[in-house]
Amino acid sequence: MSLAAAAEYLSHYGGPPLRIMEVCGTHTAAIFRSGIRSLLAPGIRLVSGPGCPVCVTPSSYIDRCVEYAATPGFRLMSFGDMMKTPGSGGRAIGGARGGGRVEMMYSPMEAVERAALDPSVTYVIAAVGFETTIPAYALAIEEAAARGLGNLRLLTALKSVTPALEWLLENERGIDGFICPGHVSVITGPEAYERLATGYGKPFAVAGFEGEHILAAIYAIARLAGGGAGGAGSGRVLNLYPSAVRAGGNARALALIAKYFEPGPAVWRGLGRIEGSGYYLRKEYARFDGGGRGLDGDEALAAGCACAGVTAGRTDPGDCPMFGSPCRPESPLGPCMASAEGACGVWFQNM
Amino acid sequence: MKITAAHGSGGRDSALLVEGIFGRHFANPVLDRLEDAAVLDNSAGRLALSTDSFVVSPLVFKGGDIGRLSVCGTANDLLMAGAEPRYLACGFILEEGLDTGLLDSIAASMAREAKAAGLVIVAGDTKVAGDGGGLYINTTGLGFVPEGRLLAAASCEPGDAILLSGRLGDHHACVLSARMGIENGIESDCACLGDVTAALFGAGVRVRAMRDVTRGGLGTILNELAAGAGRRMEISEDLIPVGEPVRAFCGIMGLDPLYMGNEGKMVAIVAGDDADRALAAARGTEHGAEAAIIGRVAEGGGDGGRARVTMRTRIGGTRRVDVLYGEGLPRIC
Repeated sequence: MSLAAAAEYLSHYGGPPLRIMEVCGTHTAAIFRSGIRSLLAPGIRLVSGPGCPVCVTPSSYIDRCVEYAATPGFRLMSFGDMMKTPGSGGRAIGGARGGGRVEMMYSPMEAVERAALDPSVTYVIAAVGFETTIPAYALAIEEAAARGLGNLRLLTALKSVTPALEWLLENERGIDGFICPGHVSVITGPEAYERLATGYGKPFAVAGFEGEHILAAIYAIARLAGGGAGGAGSGRVLNLYPSAVRAGGNARALALIAKYFEPGPAVWRGLGRIEGSGYYLRKEYARFDGGGRGLDGDEALAAGCACAGVTAGRTDPGDCPMFGSPCRPESPLGPCMASAEGACGVWFQNM
Repeated sequence: MKITAAHGSGGRDSALLVEGIFGRHFANPVLDRLEDAAVLDNSAGRLALSTDSFVVSPLVFKGGDIGRLSVCGTANDLLMAGAEPRYLACGFILEEGLDTGLLDSIAASMAREAKAAGLVIVAGDTKVAGDGGGLYINTTGLGFVPEGRLLAAASCEPGDAILLSGRLGDHHACVLSARMGIENGIESDCACLGDVTAALFGAGVRVRAMRDVTRGGLGTILNELAAGAGRRMEISEDLIPVGEPVRAFCGIMGLDPLYMGNEGKMVAIVAGDDADRALAAARGTEHGAEAAIIGRVAEGGGDGGRARVTMRTRIGGTRRVDVLYGEGLPRIC
């Protein structure tokens, strides 16, 4: 199937209406970047899912970050896209930046280096992310342990994608197929979706991040879910990103995750508490634990903010009454606008 | 030797530093007088004046350093106004602990680049502040605009061609890679664009407006031009040159080449009939060798609507190209 033929099929699609969820924020961004929406017939709707780690982190976690940043003797190390995310009362991590105790990092290993250089300060990594990023935090802990560092902590808000997808399948009707995140799947392997695909009879397509990859995934899902097969017949996992995603995933990364982290319940902003969807440091590594367990509190979103519905794929960002005014990337009211790969942030830049 | 507070005292240490490094590298009849102000000869014609401050980490990167950047950046701003760069003043803020050997090599690179750009460094200042071992440079450039040369975004017309002088994103990707400790072969594109502008004017191309594609990237710069012109602009993704290493880097980082900063790239809006001539002229230069016509100025857009710049994507879709919001931060996952 050539790209042109797939595009032709999708632009003239006349089957039953389909709602296809792109789980990953990077896919949301890539879909707009490559103009895919302009190529789809009205019968195919793309909805964004819970796959932006910044967007699903509860406000109590952000508050904890801000507290660390405000405490003498501590320095918070955060990825850039966490900086603007509002905690309770709209306070964001980046707001503490002027105080000099928050720093943007590009890799958790930077925090290890900093901690080694300056033992008088405790470096707290704002460890947010999915399976993609968790091995990097594990490596940071491994390095810190090897060097005998006593001044490095992980404040964790680490999540697993699959339990959230199961939550969506249980609680949100009318999603006909999933475009699965390529980065996460590199680690977990495509098998991670097998049980959900067969159990719920939905197609799961693992896709890369180029426009061609995503178009191919939408085509495959439309053929399975909309081509009349329906039901159990369409419950399949398709690995359309075989150059990067191998059967069984990345064994070394999975072993690192298992060595340092254990699963537990986690709160997803917009979705709520989901059993087994979080990762926490194992007790053996408690000396590196800066907290994370029990940070369940999630302040109600700003009045009128539809981030909860957006994260669950119920609401399009453009249908939120706050979208564009007053909620904008420079002054986000909700997490989906704060992150450049949050659905609202992506929509705003591209609509 | 390291910079100390004494180097900013105005006394003997300051004089030794200024003479030993700046005086040596920047020597010319105007600067050598060491007066409080440079007194310059005025050619006929209009003056162009531009100032820019340079803050970059690391100070030295593949393909350049802060010194070269500070000369190219201001020279390019003058060039984009259609001016021929002539004089440069530079202010240095040094932090205690800065290595004087590093400062010396940065001054040498400024002198080299200024000479190549036809700029004479005629005034300067040095201060010491802070203790982080850092260095900040401000440069102010003065140039002359030849008679009859008038560039303005407002003069863009439907059918005009959009010329981009080369690949996007090299500087941004190079500096980010250095900060993140990522090994790759990406070099900054830091360069003075005088050869490209001279070639365009020399070939008699009707140039409507020019912008160097620095912070904010092509997406932001095209929106500024479109707003200034009161027109829409249409570009095609497959016509925009991006190097393969930068494309891969952007993919991993979640960055878009359209919003990556450059230090040696420009956009010229030229009359539609002159597009082929402009492209040939630009491609005949060192810094425009990979130039491309990436799109056209279109009808409409004077209504202040948001969709001023649109792009046809590689897979045949269309997308709106907005300005950059925020800092363009690498993402978590």
